[in-house]
Amino acid sequence: MGGLSDSAVMAQTSEEQPAIARAEKAASIAVPKIRVRGLNFFYGQRQALQDINLDVEANKVTALIGPSGCGKSTFLRTLNRMYETVRHTRVEGEVLLDGENVLASDVSQLRRRVGMVFQKSNPFPKTIFDNVAYGPRINHNHAGKMTLAEVVEHSLKRAALWEEVKDSLHKSAYALSGGQQQRLCIARALAVDPEVLLLDEPCSALDPISTAKIEELLFALKDSCTLVIVTHNMQQAARVADMTGFFLLGRLIEFNRTEIIFKTPSKKETEDYITGRFG
Amino acid sequence: MNGIMLTLTGVCALIAVSVLMFILGYLVWNGGRYLTWTFLTHLPAPVGETGGGMANAIVGSGKLLLIAALTGVPVGFMGGVYLSEFGGKTFPFMVRYTADLLNGVPSIVMGIFAFTVVVLPMGHFSALAGGMALGAMLIPIVVRSTEEFLRAVPLTLREGALALGANKWKTVATVVIPAGFQGIATGILLSLARVAGETAPLLFTSFNNQYWSSGFNQPTASLPYMIYIYAISPYDDWHRQAWAAGFILLALVLAANIGARLILSRGIRVARG
Repeated sequence: MGGLSDSAVMAQTSEEQPAIARAEKAASIAVPKIRVRGLNFFYGQRQALQDINLDVEANKVTALIGPSGCGKSTFLRTLNRMYETVRHTRVEGEVLLDGENVLASDVSQLRRRVGMVFQKSNPFPKTIFDNVAYGPRINHNHAGKMTLAEVVEHSLKRAALWEEVKDSLHKSAYALSGGQQQRLCIARALAVDPEVLLLDEPCSALDPISTAKIEELLFALKDSCTLVIVTHNMQQAARVADMTGFFLLGRLIEFNRTEIIFKTPSKKETEDYITGRFG
Repeated sequence: MNGIMLTLTGVCALIAVSVLMFILGYLVWNGGRYLTWTFLTHLPAPVGETGGGMANAIVGSGKLLLIAALTGVPVGFMGGVYLSEFGGKTFPFMVRYTADLLNGVPSIVMGIFAFTVVVLPMGHFSALAGGMALGAMLIPIVVRSTEEFLRAVPLTLREGALALGANKWKTVATVVIPAGFQGIATGILLSLARVAGETAPLLFTSFNNQYWSSGFNQPTASLPYMIYIYAISPYDDWHRQAWAAGFILLALVLAANIGARLILSRGIRVARG
């Protein structure tokens, strides 16, 4: 067992390099990780997003809040182009990831850099190991510094799930509890070492204890990843986010540091929503 | 009014069940009695002699099903994957509609089709022709069942794979098909059981054979065909053998059904953890 933990430490350090390098790069150049300009989104004839302008800072947690149907999930899905699974959708404007236009880039490449965790945990009907190994396997990017087993272990550790599953890696992922399944999905997303992780209401189906675990996880992941989380739960946004954006009827009403949004919002709509007058 | 409807529907349900029970019981009674080891291992006795068996027909049916599976299943499976995962709007509608029509084509017409396409060019009856006639019958069933089971795979699984950078093809091959595999396998097994009992498509394709047929290029005996020949013969011994053959055929179909249910229930257990 000693050998295993040694290699785990090695894996940890060798894995942390690119993340730190990324953080330094982001800090030195001081450009946002994601820059959105003039974004309009249409489902057929219906416009779901109107002229969104927003910068996502690197190694921060950005929360998107707003009532149901306000477009926050749609917005999230433009960042990794997951909207393309829905027919008759159309996007106008610019989404720049490190200055590169997401809407014109190779979509597989993009999704390796911008991972996603969904509202409902969606582990594949495979073993725990095979779930986490899925991304590295299809992308063939585990070759090199770490073996596949090391990538899986490292990813499960980053998702704070390793201790709970290390003895049952080859059991079905469906044997896990709901909270564990969601952390498994986070581990699966982390296994391809994404630069950005999008989370679409990741805790909406979880109990408070599982939710707390995932929130802790987000804090820990900030160092190595840029996080964007859509949440229905305003307390959650207040707890985890550095920046918060408030969406209403397809518009970004206000976007600022979280404490400003929650304590001294500048728009009346934001204040109404925060104080529970609607939504 | 309530009572009348309850009685009416209840009686009809009872009739539906009792027809099956009657057939089952009658076959077991008449067929099971005459089922002997000789019947399973020997060739048919010459006309006028009693005894003998249908070993060649049992093997022949197996051969026909093998060819049917090899020709019909890949086409049906791929077609089903296309309909569920890749289709646009108009073409899949046409394919689906055609598959449903094909499913309704009388089986004897499938026989004529195979006769024209395989028997005439080859110049003789063969196991190959019979197997392909059965394979053509498999296609629409497998297309539709594959499509249905793939459609039942949750969209969230597809999204999970796409979000990891998998392209459409990889998502389908590595996540969607494995997730629906148990259902698809069940559908294939049931469709094989369904065509195993077909007689009409074999009448002028695989024809019949009193002896062993080697390979796939000769006319071959099959259980349904033997039942047909033996049942309309004037000999009591042949009638008994026809019952026994019917019993075997039924047992095979039943085994396939039970096997399919086992696969499916195991799959559900895995899915629910």
